Amino acid sequence: MIEFTIWDILRNLLLATRWTIVLSLVSFIGGGLVGLALLFSRLSRRKWMRALAKYYIELFQGTPLLMQLFIAFFGLGLFGIDVPAWLAAGLALILWSAAFLGEIWRGCVEAIAKGQWEASASLGMGRLQQMRYVILPQAMRIAVPPTVGFSVQVIKGTALTSIIGFVELSKAGTVVTNATFQPFTVYGLVALIYFALCWPLSKSSQILERKLNVAHRNH
Amino acid sequence: MSLIEITDVRKSFGSNEVLKGINLDVEPGEVIAIIGKSGSGKSTLLRCINGLETISDGSIAVAGAQLLDDEAHLKALRLKVGMIFQQFNLFPHLTVGGNVMLSQLVVRKTPKPEAEAMARKMLERVGLDHKFHAYPDELSGGQQQRVAIARALAMQPIALLCDEITSALDPELVAEVLAVVRELAAEGMTLLMVTHEMKFARDVCSRVVFMHQGRVHEIGPPDEVFANPQTPELKQFLGVH
Repeated sequence: MIEFTIWDILRNLLLATRWTIVLSLVSFIGGGLVGLALLFSRLSRRKWMRALAKYYIELFQGTPLLMQLFIAFFGLGLFGIDVPAWLAAGLALILWSAAFLGEIWRGCVEAIAKGQWEASASLGMGRLQQMRYVILPQAMRIAVPPTVGFSVQVIKGTALTSIIGFVELSKAGTVVTNATFQPFTVYGLVALIYFALCWPLSKSSQILERKLNVAHRNH
Repeated sequence: MSLIEITDVRKSFGSNEVLKGINLDVEPGEVIAIIGKSGSGKSTLLRCINGLETISDGSIAVAGAQLLDDEAHLKALRLKVGMIFQQFNLFPHLTVGGNVMLSQLVVRKTPKPEAEAMARKMLERVGLDHKFHAYPDELSGGQQQRVAIARALAMQPIALLCDEITSALDPELVAEVLAVVRELAAEGMTLLMVTHEMKFARDVCSRVVFMHQGRVHEIGPPDEVFANPQTPELKQFLGVH
């Protein structure tokens, strides 16, 4: 029987961690872009756009991420579309992140005093100009801590994609365990790596929250 | 033709009718004080003129342009009528200069040097040229309100709507804001102001409108309205018996 050193195990896990990071980044950035679109349609003057965004958010927040992954992976397969695991994983995570980010950001925009909308409207600005020059610069300030905090959820969410066969950190953990028969060591290391990714983000979210709140200074 | 023509304006919030048929014509250069108890509809009327509230019935025209509820018409109207709010509503993330320049830059597309020159001129007019680089939260309430006036003036409106602009101020800061308004009135700016400053209304305004339960209850020159109120409601409001 082949002996595996801790370093052998760790090296393989770290190689797979790259895919966890890539998938997290893609999901977060893609989710951010779709989330921004959701934000704008949630704040739109058109009723159907508001309703559309609302139902989208309710649907994706109201179903488990795992089901969304299954549907993206197996569901499309039923129609004869062959979806590779990485595509299904990326797609489901982007759509899922978008629902949460869109809703977080809507809360931040709505936290801006109504007077800011009225003052900018009374100066003749259109809706997009109001958003771009008056509302978003202020909303972004309050959005930073919860957004960074949510990125932790995205990283942990990527673990689920192991179930549809995408080889990231969790999947690599299972593979390595099957080869080494050392589940405690392997999953312990997997957990530590996740922690090393997530903890700095949680911490910086807390620090940012304190920093941006100091004496309610607005600039 | 009047500068602002308000004809049969009605406004309801749900089943609550706040304005019950308002008629008011404002001539260029007039300074009009709108007085009345809270809930009489005076702020709502002002907000309707600027399209911040949509009217349920009737019509409002400013310099011949009708108030319609689409973005192009609203924008055209708002370029003619500036508005100043009780809570100042300065943009906290921008400097004083940035506040006064912003809508010149993005709405009128004025080149920056010209916008800055205009901003400095308007800030000078309200006595705050030296605060150009300060942020709103570094200013007193009175100074913030004067910046808000400069910000509205920078768009060169033909009329200004003032919605209780001294009500959120400490008593000692009211005078500096009123002094600016007084000067504007003297220069011929058309002003519609909802106010609780009766002395100011008496001194500066050409007409006083007393609103009661969503209607114009009494209207006339301040001398008449204040010295000789006709209705029991106005008498009660002014505290004369």
